[in-house]
Amino acid sequence: MSAPIHFDPIRLPPEAQALREEVRDFVRQETAAGTFDPRARSTYAGYSPEFSRKVGKQGWIGMTWPKRYGGRERSFLERYVVTEEFRVANAPVGLHFTADRQSGPILLKYANEAIKSDILPRIVRGECCFCIGMSEPGSGSDLFAAKTRATRAKGGWQVNGTKVWTTGAQHANYMIGLFRTSPSTKENRRHGLTQFLVDMAAPGIKVNPIADMSGEKHFNEVVFNDLFIPDDHVFGEVDAAWRQATSELAYERSGPERFLETSAVLFELVRVLGAKPDLRGAEGVGRLVAQLHALRRMSVSVNGMLQAGKEPVLEGSIVKDLGTIWEQELPAKARELAAFVDPRHADRGAFDEVLRQAVTIAPKLTLQGGTTEVLRGIIARGLGLR
Amino acid sequence: MTEAGNILVDTTTRIFRDLGDPQTLNGAADDRWRAPLWRALEDAGLTKAWVPESLSGAGAGVADGFEVLRIAGTFAVALPLAETLLAGWLLSQAKLNVPQGMLCVAPARDGEQLLIGADGKLSGTATSVPFARDVGQLAVVARRGGKAIVVLVERGSCEIHAGSSIAGEPRDDVVLDGVTPLALADAPPGLDEDKLMAMGAAVRSVQMAGALQSILDRSVAYAKERIAFERPIGGFQAVQHNLARLAGEAAVALAASGSAADAIDKAHGFDEAVLLEIAGAKIRVGEAAEKGVAIAHQVHGAIGFSKEHVLHRYTQRLWAWRDDFGSESAWAVRLGNAVAAKGADALWPMLAAR
Repeated sequence: MSAPIHFDPIRLPPEAQALREEVRDFVRQETAAGTFDPRARSTYAGYSPEFSRKVGKQGWIGMTWPKRYGGRERSFLERYVVTEEFRVANAPVGLHFTADRQSGPILLKYANEAIKSDILPRIVRGECCFCIGMSEPGSGSDLFAAKTRATRAKGGWQVNGTKVWTTGAQHANYMIGLFRTSPSTKENRRHGLTQFLVDMAAPGIKVNPIADMSGEKHFNEVVFNDLFIPDDHVFGEVDAAWRQATSELAYERSGPERFLETSAVLFELVRVLGAKPDLRGAEGVGRLVAQLHALRRMSVSVNGMLQAGKEPVLEGSIVKDLGTIWEQELPAKARELAAFVDPRHADRGAFDEVLRQAVTIAPKLTLQGGTTEVLRGIIARGLGLR
Repeated sequence: MTEAGNILVDTTTRIFRDLGDPQTLNGAADDRWRAPLWRALEDAGLTKAWVPESLSGAGAGVADGFEVLRIAGTFAVALPLAETLLAGWLLSQAKLNVPQGMLCVAPARDGEQLLIGADGKLSGTATSVPFARDVGQLAVVARRGGKAIVVLVERGSCEIHAGSSIAGEPRDDVVLDGVTPLALADAPPGLDEDKLMAMGAAVRSVQMAGALQSILDRSVAYAKERIAFERPIGGFQAVQHNLARLAGEAAVALAASGSAADAIDKAHGFDEAVLLEIAGAKIRVGEAAEKGVAIAHQVHGAIGFSKEHVLHRYTQRLWAWRDDFGSESAWAVRLGNAVAAKGADALWPMLAAR
């Protein structure tokens, strides 16, 4: 009798920690050069073609991919370091992040050679932006209720319908979209969806921006009106997309971006409480640091296990559940701990600013990329309860 | 894990299954189970896992010893196995011989200090010492002119004021009033009360992780069996989500304590990085214990609150272990102050280096 949960105490290898210094030097140079302002906060990672191109030059996009597509064949733990350093530095990775994390790997697995040789090197150079077409007005967490239809047409498929909450669609060169190719069956309600590569420049696509509650316009409604998709843009088996998203989810769910999104609040809290905090402040900070340390060690562990060829799907979901709850709770705890700091304190303004930003984005943290409820359902399944 | 470690793990599991099954112990009318279980552990060399072969111990690695303690945690062991391992570790650090039998360590609470006088005798009070009244000898860190000394003390020469933890295990106040040491030696550089507290905190974190793993297993198994409203309660989404949260707490406990054990295993002493790992583990695992225990009881319902059911053997120990070798609060203040002293810009590099 033992729960199937493993977290090997994996450490980042020396080459990854050496790479970290390179990334920090790069971040210092780029902030000094004014490529980006680390204090500029937004509800989503900033979009900067200039920055993405420079990151591409460093070889830090698609860095785990095969060299023949421009990748560097480096380890997932090296990619981990780049991701966390950029996240902590609030670097504008919006153009390339989705392509680097999940779209590229999907292409590697399912696209034909011509598409791979065309698109992957562009991603690697930081010139190609991807978005993900999953949610629809009538289906969010219930992914398999998607209604946007792809019907057979000569030499391919014709798509009609609407995707929504599509982050970055206004910039994206491509979407990886999930469309209905057959009705679901009585035996399997997940049947009938297929994954497609969508060229966002093709006729028949309209992108309408949607303002979020902070007023920013990062996500969109994407309307398809007789969009034609050629046959070779079908990824994987027709009607069986549900089978394709297993181990990939562990990558998507366990990364450092799943618990570091509000971390600036903790750093500014430490600054504003000063070198000699009172007992309440010291205990509060100590607990927050312990939580962040533990989450990070879990996340490194999952990524190390992935690198070793294991499939820690349950562990990955646990990291995202705990991680997103933590980054959501952090602003509230920091607010309490800083409650009695003098409003005229020199560092108070900076703290209040990151706090306001974090409080504003907090609600979305447990929604994006799989809600808490969906994750707990997956964990329950891993425990054999479903 | 080394091959020797795997053998150690198998042996530990087998001994506890055969002689220390918590359900059996829970129903036992007396404590006659104690002697055979202890003898089996001793015969297998487990009680001296952290004593090198040169000092007639089992010479297991630090990591292997922690693994033994995690397994002990999954059985909610009610014997001073962890305390004896700690005593063996402490005495070995000072190259002192480690006696047979049950041992414990002191001080076990933050901020306490024992003194060796000019006459070579030991004085002071250590409070809430786990299992003090059950052991033959105590391994103690004391001060002589400010210098840390490791001392072996006969239990019979101490005044013991019996107390108990919330789980009913001995947590005794030990008064040393001019006690003559059985043996003593200078602590090696860097070893003091603080480091004993840190090692003890790591040990308790690992035990708690084992216990949390076990209450997760038991809660999931119970939710699959127990029928209410005409179906297993594990089929209800509300119960599933509670169990998913419990899994998260067990997972974070395993990860944080495993990381701390690994850090101690690989480091050459207790530097700042190791202290972050240990403080991080004791704080976060203590929080996990609190949340996890509440969920396990909620899932088990009234039967889990009964004396007859085994659950309390775990949950009461989880509560008690939070308090030993520095509570979450004590470690959090220490970690928080260390972070504050280094400054905001040093925090991320410190975390990322782990």
